[in-house]
Amino acid sequence: MNTSTTDIASVWTLLETVVDPEIPVLTVADLGIIRDVHLTEGGVEVVITPTYSGCPAMHMIEVQIMAALKEAGFEDVKIKTVLSPAWTTDWITEEGMAKLEKFGIAPPRKNQEVPNCPQCGSPHTKLLSQFGSTACKSLWQCQECKEPFDHFKCH
Amino acid sequence: MLRFPDEEIHSDMNQPASPSLFQFVLYMADNCLVLGHRLGEWCGHGPVLEQDIAMTNISLDLIGQARLYYQYAAELEGKGRTEDDLAYLRSEREYTNALLVELPNGDFAHTIARQFLFDAWHLPFLKTMLSSPDPGLADIAGKAVKEVTYHLKWSREWVLRLGDGTEESQLRMQVALDEAWMYRLELLMPAPFEQWLIDAGVIAGPDEIREEWERTITDTIREATLVLPEDPAVQTGGKTGIHTEHLGHMLADLQYMQRAYPGLEW
Repeated sequence: MNTSTTDIASVWTLLETVVDPEIPVLTVADLGIIRDVHLTEGGVEVVITPTYSGCPAMHMIEVQIMAALKEAGFEDVKIKTVLSPAWTTDWITEEGMAKLEKFGIAPPRKNQEVPNCPQCGSPHTKLLSQFGSTACKSLWQCQECKEPFDHFKCH
Repeated sequence: MLRFPDEEIHSDMNQPASPSLFQFVLYMADNCLVLGHRLGEWCGHGPVLEQDIAMTNISLDLIGQARLYYQYAAELEGKGRTEDDLAYLRSEREYTNALLVELPNGDFAHTIARQFLFDAWHLPFLKTMLSSPDPGLADIAGKAVKEVTYHLKWSREWVLRLGDGTEESQLRMQVALDEAWMYRLELLMPAPFEQWLIDAGVIAGPDEIREEWERTITDTIREATLVLPEDPAVQTGGKTGIHTEHLGHMLADLQYMQRAYPGLEW
C-alpha cells in the first residue's frame, strides 16, 4: 500500500494553495518555508521555518495551513516551527522569483546587489531605504522610468 | 549532551537546565524587547516616512528575536511560564537588560547613538553565538545575525550622515554620543551568569569581540568627523536589575494591559 506517499503529495499540493498574506502572489511552498511534511498517527505534521524573526505574517500563515489541511479532511494537523537552518531567500523557487517580478517586486537574485527595475527592466536603480513595507523588502527607485519599487532583499 | 557547571536536572524533563543559561537567555530577551519597544515608540513620529518605517522594521526584528529568547527561556525553566509571562509579568528589578537600551528616544540623534552603540556590540556578539555548543543559542543567532547586519548598517550610516552633515546635525550627533557613551561598556562587562557560561565555553567572553567592537565605533566616529568622547565614566547596573528611572515608566506602558486585565488575549 502506498497511501503515505500519496497523502504527502496531496499535502504538498494543498500547500500550493496557501499564500503569503502580505505577498499574495507567493505560496508558502514558493517561499521555501515548508521544511518537511510527514504523516503522524492519524494526521499530518508540517514543519515550517520563519522568514524574519519578527515577521507578523508567520502566525497568519500557520492558521491558513491549519485551515487548508483541516478542510481537506486531515483531522490531526500539527505545525512545528524550526529555526535552524535559518531561512534564506535561496530557498524561494524559480517560479516564486518569476511571480515576484511579474507582481512588481524585484526578486532576490544572488550576486546582484543592484536589482533591475521590475517595471521597465532598467539596471539603473537607486536604493531609497534598506527597509520597506515589510521586513523582507527594501525600497528602490528606477532612474529611467522613475517608478519606486520594492526589492525582496537577499537574506 | 551539553553539560553546564551549574546544571540542575529537572525531574520531569531529563535535560540539563542551567540557571545561568536561563538568566542569560532572559538578558538577551530583555535587551531585544526593551530596545524594540523604544523603537516602536517612534511609530508615526519618525522624521521622514522612510526612517519611521526603518525604525519600526528594526523594532519588529528585535521583538521577534525577544520572542525566540523568551520562548527558549520558558522551555529551559520548565515551570509552565510562557513567553508572555516573562515579558509582561516580571517587575523592573527582574529585568536584566543593559541600561543603554532603556534610555529614552530623545531626538533622532539620541536614538541613533543608542542604536549604533548597541548594534556595534550586538552583531559581533551574535557572530560568536553562531558557534555556541548550546543549540538553542546557536539557532537563534542564525536568525538574528542576518537581521542585525542590516541594523548596524543603518545606524552606522546615520552616525555618518548626521556627524558629517550640517552644523546642527553634527552638534546634535556629538551631544547624543557623549551622553550615551558611559552606557556602552556594560555590554562588555560579564555579569556572574555570563561568566559561568564563558567559563563553560557556552558563550564568548568580551575579549573575543572587543577588537571588532572598538574598531567599528572608533572608525565610524572618525569617518563621521565627530570627536571620540573621552569621558571615562561607566554606568552599569542593568544586568543585576538596578535600572535608570526610565525603565519603570516604560514597563508600566508595556505591561499595562496584562496587569490591568490578567490573561487578556487579543
